[in-house]
Amino acid sequence: MSSVLELRGVHRTHGRGPAAVHALRGVTLRVRPGELVAVMGPSGSGKSTLLNLAGGLDGPSHGEVLVEGRSLAELSRRELAAVRRRTVGYVFQDFNLLPSLTAVENVALPLELDGVSVRRARRAALASLSEVGVTDIAGRFPDQMSGGQQQRVAIARALVGERRLVLADEPTGALDSGTGEAVLRVLRERVDAGAAGLLVTHEARHAGWADRVIFLRDGVVVDSSGPLDTADDLLEHRA
Amino acid sequence: MHGYQLRAAFEESVGGTWALNIGQVYTTLSRLERDEFVRALPESESGQRPYEITETGRAELSRWFSTPLERTDRPRDELAIKLALAMTTPGVDVTTVVQSQRTAGVRALQEYTRLKARPIEPDDLSWRLVLDSLIFQCEAEIRWLDHCEMTILRHRPGLAAPVSAPVEERERNSR
Ligand SMILES: Nc1ncnc2c1ncn2[C@@H]1O[C@H](COP(=O)(O)OP(=O)(O)O)[C@@H](O)[C@H]1O
Ligand SMILES: [Mg+2]
Repeated sequence: MSSVLELRGVHRTHGRGPAAVHALRGVTLRVRPGELVAVMGPSGSGKSTLLNLAGGLDGPSHGEVLVEGRSLAELSRRELAAVRRRTVGYVFQDFNLLPSLTAVENVALPLELDGVSVRRARRAALASLSEVGVTDIAGRFPDQMSGGQQQRVAIARALVGERRLVLADEPTGALDSGTGEAVLRVLRERVDAGAAGLLVTHEARHAGWADRVIFLRDGVVVDSSGPLDTADDLLEHRA
Repeated sequence: MHGYQLRAAFEESVGGTWALNIGQVYTTLSRLERDEFVRALPESESGQRPYEITETGRAELSRWFSTPLERTDRPRDELAIKLALAMTTPGVDVTTVVQSQRTAGVRALQEYTRLKARPIEPDDLSWRLVLDSLIFQCEAEIRWLDHCEMTILRHRPGLAAPVSAPVEERERNSR
């Protein structure tokens, strides 16, 4: 089966010269439909950088990122924006909700930007809010929600519509253990329904929901709970 | 209750995460009888021997529930001993020991999570808590292994190469 996400020998260096930080140093990874991969690693190991590259929010210094078989570097600005709106659902570490929009408006926004009618977008947004169990706060603004509620609205926004690739950066960070588990259950269901998921977490308990766990240290994958994706493996797969 | 009933009751509360063989149940019952915590009743027509709890038994049970377990009462941690020995035994790569143990931990965690992912039935509660206990123990072990790996890498740079290094090398060479 073809991969939804593919990283081939990806490097990312922030800054230049002596101050340069090699956040990723040759990461090769594939995520297939119906597969949830967890990324674990200490703070500063490159987890967020990896996710930003996978979501097309940032480009690699070297190597290639493919989403549904298309190299992101080869897309026009408009095409890339469309992939980010339609294909990729992203849960940011700091939620990133728009403060002037209510919960349901925040969740409906990506669909509306994509040309879906306001009514249909709203209906889909309410369904997504109900998936994560927060329909009761649909009309509230971000500053009227607890951290855990904001987190769940952010997840609802990432899941709304038919996202084929869900990227989540510590989505359970602000949640207590019961709520965190409920969120992972939702993520797992979405992946079981055919999406591909990449989950950054530092809690092994949450990584247990993934099909495969990779360990990142200083920008290098040092270990994996399943077979490591190697460059050879990718070539073989293409042949 | 007789032996088979006891085993069924136990397994129902722990949800099959801890299987008992019937021999174990009978050995335990005879030890409890020796210590006068239970007493045997006359055999039933079907040849089953029921037991009942005594006053002493009840007191012991209530003491057990109300006294926290001492950490030293639990079996010694073989893994900690294994790692300590791996550190000091020439020719043994500690990071490999750490990583293979962590992989095993992650696999176990995935297995427990799969059990947990099933829909919740109301009477599942006791075994779910047992399952959570296994999950939290696994998580603690994985965190400790992460900590070991980091500490070892920091104190012995160059000795323990990351496992993906050969992949990187291969890529670089093929360019
Ligand atoms: N925009 C940036 N500019 C400079 N350095 C950065 C930038 N983003 C991340 N870094 C550095 O890259 C490394 C990896 O960061 P990050 O991917 O955020 O790690 P993690 O999410 O695992 O904590 C860190 O050393 C971090 O300081
Ligand atoms: Mg981060």
